[in-house]
This record gives sequence, structure tokens and C-alpha cells, in this order.
Amino acid sequence: ALIPLLILLKEGKSSSLSALEDSESSETPTNPTLCNSGQSKTLFTYFHRFPTLPFLHLPILLKKMDFQVVVLAGGTSKELVPLVSKEVPKPLLPVANRPVLSYVLEQLELSNLKDLIVVVEGEDAALRVGGWISGAYVDRLHVEVAAVPEDVGTAGALRAIARHLTAKDILVVSGDLVSDVPPGAVAAAHRRHDAVVTSMICSTPVSGPVESGSVGAKDKIKKPRRFNIIGLDPTKQFLLYIASGAEVEKDLHIPKSILRAVGQMDIQADLMDAHMYAFKRAVLLEVLEQKQNFHSLRHDVLPYLVRTQLKSEILLNGTPQAEENGHDKVTSESNQTIISQILANASTPRFHEVYESIHNGSPTVQRTHKCCAYIASNSKYCARLNSIQAFSDINRDVIGEANRLSGYSFSVHNNIIHPSSELGSKTTVGPHCMLGEGSLMGDKCSVKRSVIGRHCRIGSNVKIVNSVVMDHVTLGDGSSIQGSIVCSNVQIQERVVLKDCQIGAGFVVSAGSEHKGESLTRKEK
Amino acid sequence: MDARRGSLPVPRVRQVGFFTPNAQPAPTRSQSGPPDSSSPPLSDSPASNSLSPVMIPPPRHHSDNLAAAPRPTSPLPVPEPSPFRRRGADNNNALLVGSYNPAETLLAMSPSSSHVGDGESEETMSGGWFRRSNSGKLASSLPSGTFDFSPVQSTAEALKPNKVQNPVGISVLNNTILAEVSARPAPKEQQPEAPSSSKQPKPKLTKAERRALQESQRAAKAAAKAVAAPEEVATIKSVKQHQTQKKDAPQVAVSVAASERKGGDKSQEKERRKDAPAPRMQFDDKSRVEKAKRRSVVDQTEAKKRVELFRHLPQYEHGTQLADLESKFLQLDPMHPAIYKVGLQYLAGDISGGNARCIAMLQAFQQVVKDYSTPPEKTLPRDLTAKISSYVSFFTQCRPLSMSMGNAIRFLKNRIAKLSPSLSESESKSSICTDIDRFINEKIVLADRVIVQHASSKVKDGDVLLVYGSSCVVEMVLLHSHELGKQFRVIVVDSRPKLEGKALLRRLVAKGVHCTYTHINAVSYVMHEVTKVFLGASSVLSNGTVYSRVGTACVAMVAHAFRVPVIICCEAYKFHERVQLDSICSNELGDPDAIGKVPGRMDVNYLNDVSNSGNLQLLNLMYDATPADYVSMIVTDYGMVSPESSWTWYMFIAVFQLVLVCYFYLCSAKSFY
Repeated sequence: ALIPLLILLKEGKSSSLSALEDSESSETPTNPTLCNSGQSKTLFTYFHRFPTLPFLHLPILLKKMDFQVVVLAGGTSKELVPLVSKEVPKPLLPVANRPVLSYVLEQLELSNLKDLIVVVEGEDAALRVGGWISGAYVDRLHVEVAAVPEDVGTAGALRAIARHLTAKDILVVSGDLVSDVPPGAVAAAHRRHDAVVTSMICSTPVSGPVESGSVGAKDKIKKPRRFNIIGLDPTKQFLLYIASGAEVEKDLHIPKSILRAVGQMDIQADLMDAHMYAFKRAVLLEVLEQKQNFHSLRHDVLPYLVRTQLKSEILLNGTPQAEENGHDKVTSESNQTIISQILANASTPRFHEVYESIHNGSPTVQRTHKCCAYIASNSKYCARLNSIQAFSDINRDVIGEANRLSGYSFSVHNNIIHPSSELGSKTTVGPHCMLGEGSLMGDKCSVKRSVIGRHCRIGSNVKIVNSVVMDHVTLGDGSSIQGSIVCSNVQIQERVVLKDCQIGAGFVVSAGSEHKGESLTRKEK
Repeated sequence: MDARRGSLPVPRVRQVGFFTPNAQPAPTRSQSGPPDSSSPPLSDSPASNSLSPVMIPPPRHHSDNLAAAPRPTSPLPVPEPSPFRRRGADNNNALLVGSYNPAETLLAMSPSSSHVGDGESEETMSGGWFRRSNSGKLASSLPSGTFDFSPVQSTAEALKPNKVQNPVGISVLNNTILAEVSARPAPKEQQPEAPSSSKQPKPKLTKAERRALQESQRAAKAAAKAVAAPEEVATIKSVKQHQTQKKDAPQVAVSVAASERKGGDKSQEKERRKDAPAPRMQFDDKSRVEKAKRRSVVDQTEAKKRVELFRHLPQYEHGTQLADLESKFLQLDPMHPAIYKVGLQYLAGDISGGNARCIAMLQAFQQVVKDYSTPPEKTLPRDLTAKISSYVSFFTQCRPLSMSMGNAIRFLKNRIAKLSPSLSESESKSSICTDIDRFINEKIVLADRVIVQHASSKVKDGDVLLVYGSSCVVEMVLLHSHELGKQFRVIVVDSRPKLEGKALLRRLVAKGVHCTYTHINAVSYVMHEVTKVFLGASSVLSNGTVYSRVGTACVAMVAHAFRVPVIICCEAYKFHERVQLDSICSNELGDPDAIGKVPGRMDVNYLNDVSNSGNLQLLNLMYDATPADYVSMIVTDYGMVSPESSWTWYMFIAVFQLVLVCYFYLCSAKSFY
């Protein structure tokens, strides 16, 4: 049963406003008190009981390997300004006529991760996202939607929900990730190395349209892609350096100690941080608490952890020490050290251990932590929807080469035309296209490599190439749209020519006008 | 005592490798013992239900042969012993096995003669415990299921004059064997020779002897109470039970068996049978491989090109497994995270080495037990055992289990099955956790300490010790000897592709030990200056074969040819009842591509261009079997033994654990606290 729990955390503090929707709830069977009291209990109490009842919750955690999932869905992102609006926050942007958030949620569901916390920036957005999730994932996922104030950043968002994090490790996934890399792989790599943080790294997606014609022009005006500079050890398992391309002006500053310890570092610029992280909860929370000025996971927390991995300032010994104390009744201290020594000697020492043994005499105080990287194989698709360019790229890919992601079954012509849509005579819909339900198309239209949303009315003699047309769009006769994104409820009148434009929701493009590389939005009232 | 021993009628004999059809392969080899005692044993081998023996006569030369003509049998052109060598060999007197502490009187290694260097002393070295005439016979009867009684009897005779505890022990041993024989009428039809040997002992049990037995058992029982080590108590109890029953109905073997079934002994047997590993998968058997694949969690692709002789071993395409298992991390619901983590580490090779793997596994099981709650309508012993079995099969898929791990698992399951039903869930959980802790502490950690004590007494000033690979016990021995202030040098011999010796070398050098590092290619060169060879073992089998990292056999053979004593350090929990004559029938195959790779240079692979051609098959064996002849001494936590006696040793451990543990506690208390 789905209970979208809406926590509206104002100022990131505990003043909470709660609502419990969907009264047909059968709470998780492991929490009998909630089971019985059920609907009348407010969410507020639920969350306040949460930390005091860790044992009741334990079986659930065990089921998913002691991992807790936080989806950072974002809100109304500035980078996507003409596309996103109050009505359509970023998580709900359609990719192949499905909200982008659904790709993440479904990937998580495939991995049996059914208890999620979705963090949304802004209350309105949270309400919308919560509404959509409750509609779409009834009986499938147990999602808690948390709202955080806007502009707190990813680190701030986690700070705000910190007290709901209870599992040993936290999997933080960005809501705009469109990928078929199993999250389990990241989690497994994290566990295997007993790392503090594991980041999923994938190769930078091909950007820009594949279709010829506009390629030449695109290349000239192409902004430098926001790639990452990533340093890896020779086994490609550990993260030694990470910086986003924008930060790196000309020089890389790499701590000498790391370089000396590892001996060899591969620096790669063709990789991208996919914003799927596995964090050790204790470490994450401690870093967030100590460094209040950290704003973003990607820009602050991760580079910080990577930078300090050989001279760790975070208290790592808290948890393992506690574990050992449990054994103490039976085992004497010396035996324990022998056991740990046997175990340590058995494994091939990583550079962390070697460094530790050289620079730090006593093995009991751990001064290093491991930052791992999981590198997704090239056969997997992995992209983030964080720019307009990425939006059209992902739309193209999901119905194109990465069509396994879309979840639709393609026709023999390699396209999807909803049976309820109507096509006029001599209208062609090429391969890698999608036509949503209830859309009408006039005569002699041509659609290539484009996505057309639901209930669009398209006149005759319209040409749509490499574009995304969202729902309820009206296109006049004889218009031509190329490489553009047309948002919902846009009205485009006759003989309009659009090239590489973004049309904001509800905009009206007057007849006969020609636009190239523009972003058109309706004036706010 | 092992009940499985007699239960199999005729084993399947699988022939691999070099044999002519219709030819009996065995008789061609030169026998030191009576030939009739060695050929039936093979056919009735206890191991035959767990593995198919390979009928290749091992290229072992018996020490008898050596005594007759030492030079021609040596596998290497050995130089004449130089004066230095002779001196070095004389030092071996220090190595006499029965010298260290009272524990060894129990093992009663007779001190060998002082003129080391000719065949005579060689013989006593390897002959070990028994006089030569017996030892051959015993050794050959070790693998057998037939209780050829005379050697055991002679063992008793040999032991009797030794110490107070010995008659106790041996008589119990006798008795249990007797029980075994009488409870098992079945093999009589199958083997014409068996009855004679099995009936033989009965009249021997005179009244006086029986009384002695009873007294001994009483003593043992008292000791049991003192220590209250449950499993040993069970053994003793079963023996005692049997004894009383035998008084009631000594004639009717069937009734004995029936009454036994009521008693704890039979149920124990059943458990044993249950715990016994299923007949090992032969991976050249297509249909069964298919079946197993359907069950398996890890999606593995069988390697296509496999070396003909090793087709029966599992070999998978490395590289894909890990990624696949990782991607399933969150999808396998019932798997405990600790188990999954350890499995991943096995698969990735993050944990290697018998002790470490065993400890990691046991600790994972401990976590499982801690987080375990019995599902409704199930009982803890059954459900937990089933759970652990499923975890074990998962581990096996990640990497084949070592024999020591098998022993540990058997112990754990046994403990779970023996839980008293009156215990509450939390009580039984904590009891299992304590048991696991105890196993780790006693069988591994404390055992290692005792081994270190024993073995480092063999290290003398001026010694040059050769070690191979990286064994944690051997490392501890070296470090402890170094801490004691002994002046010695270490030669670390290493081999590709794993180069495990490097890590050992690093640690030794860090502690200030003088080291030489070389690869196994040069072992015959460096062996000149070596005075002792210390080796670790993955397992010691009941015929004295040492199953260890590949290359160990080579080192031991070279050492033997150079008359350098080879000392194996091995914890007693690694002893296994299996008999294995070669390293073909049971082994592990590593990543074949690792051979072609150059460590440190991942980009260099000289076999890249040819590895795709059909003519090339790569073989990366993980283990080999060192015949007992090449091993001078095995140091275990119960003392030092000769490899020939390892079967008896196995029995000893099984039956006298109690007495020894008692002793061992005293001993360790004395030496450590």
C-alpha cells in the first residue's frame, strides 16, 4: 500500500506539517503498533517513533541489505527554465511521455528497493510530485515525499531529512537520472570495499543531435560540456580525485600524499559523475553536521571526502569499536587483534592500508577511509537530465538507441504510435518517434526522431524533426519545427518556422513568424 | 568415528588420465606395505562417496625404497652432501619431533638416530611414530574403510608404555572401532577379506581389558565434566552407551545397531551423513551442470577452453561474474548483507587464505544468527540449518570452499542441531554465537599460538628458513622467532601469478627480519643454503598428503632431494578425512587469464594475440598435493606429528579432543598467562 507521506520541513528544521493520504493503508507488518492504530495516527508521530523503534524496523532494513534510498528529485531548476514551471516541476518533466522521476523509481523498484524517500524542493512541487506518485505507484512502492525549502542544495536536503536516515548505508540517487545501471551494483561495490562513499561513474553521454544538418552549427556554438575530471587508481576501483569540468580552469591540484600512496593515477575527462552515491550513514551525517557550509553533494561533500581520504578527519572508529565491544564478553582483546590481523593480511593491501601501515604505527586508530567508484559499463545507458540539451538528448535516446528504458513496445517501424491517435493521409511517422494518445495529425505531415505528447492537434503539412512536443499543443498548418522543445498547451499558428527553440508552457507563437535558437516564454503576470 | 565409512557398497571408480582400458592400474607401483592391504582399501575408500578417486599411481617413492637406494629415486640430480650440508643436517637433531613439551610425549615420536644423512635416519624421520614395519601397513590401510585391526592394535602396543593417558586413549579408540565393526554387518558380503579382520578383535577383548576400558572411560567422563565441552561429551557418551548395550546383547549385531538408533549415536551418525558433502559435481557431466546452473544464484558462463585433464572442475569466465553478482546485490531477497559481502569478497579475491576465509565466513554466520528470528511455524534448528546451507551454497558459487571451511560448517551445523529444544530463541542464538566465537578462538587463534610456540622452538640461531607463498601461521612463526631474538634468515619463495609472497616479504622486512626474495624457478638454487623449510597448508588429508597452494609440492620435493627438513604448519581443524592421491581429482582453477598478465602492467599481456587461437589452453591451478614422503613433520595445535600418522591423528583428534583440550588449556594457561 502506498502512503505518500508529506513532510514539509520548513527551514530544514523540525517544524513539521504532516498529512496522511490514502487511507487504505496496511502498514508494514513489522510495525504492529502502526498497523493497528493505522489511519488515525499522524505521520508526525510515526516519524517521532521511528528512531526509538529501530528494532521493529530492522527486518525491513535487512530485506534491502540495510540500505536506505533517498531520491533527490529537485524542484524548479533554473537551468531548465523555459521547460519547467510551477505546474511542471523538474521531476515531472516528460521523457518519452513519462515523468523523468519514473525512470529512477522503476529502476529502484527493479532492484527491490521499495521504501524510498523522495526529497523535493519547494512545497508546491512536493505536493504535485506526491500526487503523481500516489496515483502512479499505488501498491507498488512505499514512498515518503519530503519537501525541503528551495535552494538548500543537495547537501541541505539531506541535512533536512537527516533524522529519518537510520540504515547503515544510504543510497542517494538524483531524480533526474535516466539510466539502466542497477543501483545494486553500486551498493555491492560499496559494501565489498567497506567504503565511506561510492560514486557511480559513467561515460559522458553523446550530446547534440545525431542527425546531420545542424551538426556543424552545433559544434561551433557548443558550450564546454560539463564533464568531470576524475582520477582513479590503476584498478579503477578507487576515486582519487574528482572535480567538475567547470571548476577546473587550467590546473589540477592533487594532494601529493595521495599520489605518493597510490603510485599511479589515471585521470580521465571522459567520465561523468552520475549522481548516484552510496554513503556510509554515520560519515555522511557527520560531514553534513560539521561542515554547515557544504551546499551540494557533488561539489562539496564528495570532493571533500575524496580529498581527505588519507588523513581522515571524520570519526570512523565509532561504529566498528562498538561492534567489537559486543564480542568482548567472549573474546579477549589480543585474540581480536590476531583475528583482525589475519583478516588484514589475507587481503591484498590497498594503498590505504599500505599508507596507514607506513605513516601510522598503531593499527587500531583508523586514519584513512576509502572512496570507491563504480564504473558503469559502456553498454549501459546513463544520462542526467540537467540541461535543456540533455532533455532533448535523453528524449531522443529513450525512444532511439536506449529504447529498452522506455518500457514501451515498439512497432515494426521502430516507433510508437498510440492506437487512439489519428493520422491524416500521406502523413509519415519515421522510426524513433513517439506519438502520444489522442493526438490528431493532419495530412502530409512528416515526423522524424521526435516525441509528440498526448492530445496534440497538428495541422496538415507540418514538419517535425528532432523535437519534443509535449501535451495539448496545437500546431498550425504548414509549420516546421526542428530541434526544438515545445511545452504543454503551446499554441503555434500557421506557417511558423522554429529551429532550436524552446517554447515555454502556454505560449502562443503568432502566425508566420520565424525563430531560431530562441527561448520563448510567456510573461509572468 | 565415521559411520559413512562402511555404508557405501561399491564405489564408483572414475578413471581419469593415464590408464589403459581393462588394466588394473594399481599393482604396477612398488609397494612397501603388503599389497593386499592397499588395493581393497582403495575400493572401499571413505572418500569414494564424496569424490571419485583417480586411479593414477602417484609418483611417490616410499621411504623404504629410499632406504634401499636413496640416490636413484631422488627426483633431482642432487649434489653430494657437502660438509656444510652435513653439518646442517646434523642440526636436524634439533628438529626431533618429540622434544618440545609434554604434549609430544603423547604423540610419541621416537627420537631418530643421530647420524642423519643416510637412509636409516631418513626412514625414522618419515616413519615417525611407529616402527617401520607397522607404519607401512598402517599408512596403506589408512584410506581404507575396513578396519584392519592389527596396526591399530600395534599402535596400542606401541603407545602403552608411554604415558598415563595413552592406554586410556587407545583403549577408547579400540572400543569405538569395535563398535563400528560390530554395528556394521553389511560389508561382510561384499568383501571376503573384511570378516576376518572385523571378527578378529572380538575375542581379543578379554574381561580384564574390558574393565580397563571402563575405567578409562570413567576417567574420560570425569574429565569431560571438568571441561564440559559438549561435543566431546557426546562422543564419550555414545561410546559409553554403546558399551552398556554391548553388555546386554553382545552377540546380536543387529540389535546393537537398532538400540543404537535409539541412542544419540545413531542420530549423530545421521547428522554426519547429512553434513557430509554431496558427491562432488563433476563439471564434465553436462546434464548435472545444467541442473546446477538453473539453481545457481550467480550467473556464470563456463569457460569454453578448458584443459582436458581438468574438465571435471568448475571453471568460469572470470570478469563477468563479479559484475553480475554486484548487479543482483539488492535483488536477492533472502540473502543477509554480511553473507553477500563475504561472498563478493571471495569472488573478487579480496579475502584469500584458509584461515581468513574461514574466519570471515564464521563471522558472517554470526551476524546472520544475531539478526535471525525464527519464522512462524518453524523451529530454529531446522530453519537455521536450512538457511546456512543455502548460504554455504552461495559461497560455493562464489568460490569453492576449502576443506577447512567444510569442517567449520560441519561444526556449526552440528552445534545448531544439538541445541536443546528447551532453550528460548535468544538463548539458543547466543549459544550459537558463543560457539562460533569459541571455534574461532580455540581452533584458529589459540591453535595458531600453540603452533607458533611449537614451531618456533625449531628455529635455531643461524638457520636459513625457506618459506613459500604467504601463510599466516608461518608468518607468525617467523615473527615470533624474531621477537625471541633468534638470529636467522628467511628466503621467501614466491610464484606468479598471485605473488602472495610480496605482502609477506613487506611485513617481514618491516619487522626487521633478514630476507631474500626469489621466485620458485630458483628454488633449486637457493635450497643449498636452506636449513629448514616452513610451509603452510590448506588441508592435511588422512593419508598424510598435504593439500596446499600450488608450488608447495615442488618446494617440498626439492627440499627433500636436498635433505632439508620440511615442516608443515597446519591447524588441526584443517585436517580432513578425505584421501587424495593427486591434485587432479580435486582442485580449484583460477582465472586462466591471470597467467598471461604482468603484475603492475595491466596493459601488457603477451598472450593476448594467441589466446584466441583454439590451440592454446591456459591452466591456472590453485592447489597441489604434496605426498607425505616429502614432509618431515606437521606441526599442529596438538603437537608435532609425522605425516604418516595423520590418519591416526585424525582419529585421535576426533576421539580425544576432550582430553587434549583439557591438557591444552593447562598448557596454554601455563605458557601465556
